[in-house]
Amino acid sequence: MAYLLQQIINGLQLGSVYALIALGYTLVYGIIRLINFAHGDVFMIGAYLGFYAILRFNLPFPVALIFAMLGCAVIGIVIEKLAYRPLRNAPRIACLITALGVSLFLENFTSLKFLFGPNYLAYPRPFAVVNYNIGSLTISNIQILVFVIAILLMILLQIFVTKTKTGMAMRAVAYDKSTAQLMGINIDYIITITFGVGSALAGAGGVLFGIAYPQIHPFMGIMPGLKAFVAAVLGGIGIIPGAMLGAGIMGMVEVLTSAYISSTMRDAIAFLVLLIVLLIKPAGLLGKSSIEKV
Amino acid sequence: MKQLLLLLFASLLVFSTTCGPDDTNTIRIGLIVPITGDVKTFGESVRNAVLIAVDEANQKGGINGKTIRVITADDKNDPTEAANACSKLINQNKVKFIIGSVASKASIPISEMCEQAKVLMITPTSTNPRVTVRDNGERKEYVFRACFIDPFQGTVAAKFASENLKAKRAAILYDISNDYVKGLAEFFKESFTQMGGQVTIYESYGKDDVDFSALLTKIKADNPDVLFIPDYYTKVGLIAKQTRAIGIKSVLLGGDGWDSPEMTKIAGDAINGGYFTNHYSPQDPRAEVQEWVSKYETKFGQKPDALGTLGYDATLLLLEAMRNAESEKVEDVRDALTKLTNFQTVSGQITFDAFGNPVKNAVILQYMDGEQRYVTTVQP
Repeated sequence: MAYLLQQIINGLQLGSVYALIALGYTLVYGIIRLINFAHGDVFMIGAYLGFYAILRFNLPFPVALIFAMLGCAVIGIVIEKLAYRPLRNAPRIACLITALGVSLFLENFTSLKFLFGPNYLAYPRPFAVVNYNIGSLTISNIQILVFVIAILLMILLQIFVTKTKTGMAMRAVAYDKSTAQLMGINIDYIITITFGVGSALAGAGGVLFGIAYPQIHPFMGIMPGLKAFVAAVLGGIGIIPGAMLGAGIMGMVEVLTSAYISSTMRDAIAFLVLLIVLLIKPAGLLGKSSIEKV
Repeated sequence: MKQLLLLLFASLLVFSTTCGPDDTNTIRIGLIVPITGDVKTFGESVRNAVLIAVDEANQKGGINGKTIRVITADDKNDPTEAANACSKLINQNKVKFIIGSVASKASIPISEMCEQAKVLMITPTSTNPRVTVRDNGERKEYVFRACFIDPFQGTVAAKFASENLKAKRAAILYDISNDYVKGLAEFFKESFTQMGGQVTIYESYGKDDVDFSALLTKIKADNPDVLFIPDYYTKVGLIAKQTRAIGIKSVLLGGDGWDSPEMTKIAGDAINGGYFTNHYSPQDPRAEVQEWVSKYETKFGQKPDALGTLGYDATLLLLEAMRNAESEKVEDVRDALTKLTNFQTVSGQITFDAFGNPVKNAVILQYMDGEQRYVTTVQP
């Protein structure tokens, strides 16, 4: 029993990080129906920004986290302005391929010697690891930190989207772009904000990831990015609580497969779960199947 | 316009003289090593060492009156990149001799290419048997290596675990996508079981995995005497940190992939007390070793790791064979290489067996307070 609980704690940690990335995918998809494949790389940049903030500028952890989030928000907005905005009215496939291109560009450009460099770096721990023993369970302060920060950010996001004017405008744009425009909503501004918020969450995810699994390199965003994307689809892409649910399930399935079946089967089973869910509910767990608007 | 054309011609001229395959007074050797990526210190060490060996030979008047030139290509520790680098060296630079690569997963594909192009390849450090032998047991005629192989290394690690550490139960974690890691894990498991030990956990992970919490929780519940992680230093550092953070007390054990100056930077205190098998120790008192260590230290400011040492040995082997053959014909050099007996290199005396593998000693080292400590030598 203790073993199962321990594994569930592991799953929660992994799921929290996935959730932070998945939210960015879902936000952007909800607004402009674009799967932003560069999102995993923004996550990587967030990890590096946190790395430099902690190691070079000796900033305390909360400041480093905010620094990484702001930095990523700026990068996300710049990517949108330069790469996606010119294609606003282009076919969706063109945007998708551009997103792949941006992703490859970010990975290889940041690998250059004068930027992050191609090598694996050990992530600095801003504080010592402390293990708390509750019965036979072991929880580390890092696991608590990752979980609490992730939950906190998700609550903040939910408040932002449901309670603020900008958030309401975002939902309006997601619901119907042209009608929102007719109501006097500045679409470009809302899309910019969406990219900023999504990228900031990915940045936070990057820093938390670096602290939880202390090693970073320019290609570290690919796998978590892919998994988070799958999590977003699993929960119903475009739906914020869906991304959280999907990420939680992905983290849990991966950890429990490793724990009870075999680590070799882990990804296979995680993707199998996705397939089954999509067969039964094609719009994802929380997705409402809607008729395509004409 | 005229000036522009002139410039173009001039640059073409320079290009053709530097890259042309027609210069008869040099022997070109291709070097394929990872200089970037997850095991870049391996590649750097080998490259440094090869350049030392080649400089020495050139200063003594070259080989058979010809200067040696090394053309380096980066494989990023990736099989596809390695194959690209290899075909570039063979087709564009027209090299007839290749030193490389470091990792078995990169060396195995290039060994096939060299075999087909009849280019002599000697890998300094790839320990997987399949580098020199095909799956059907057939020997690759043009492929040699300067290091011992994984069955031997795995056996040595298992013997050390069961005899010196008195371990009864072992857990093994390995990267399923890496030939070297997989090979070592298998051979360790086989030998350890034969010696009466029990492998209680035998689990794999993927190349890009960073979350080992599920596997480590499993291992913690099982509490084995030793945990064998035969991966490279970057991955081992990450796993070691998580191992200690979760509170596993087992002794960590590994292979020659642990040997890097960056290991202690990445793993910190977590690697303290861990043992690994290696090709040589800079603390070995033999004269050849000490002379080599001081040579490398004066040039690069740090002690050579085993990879550098094997890079040096591989180059010595290749140059000695050319000298003995008094020719640069690939077949002659290959035959001369096969005939070498008890050739003294830094890491030991080398005689090749029927499969192009040298027969030689292994050493056991331990990480202690950020340093490598020599523990013992194991005979083949």
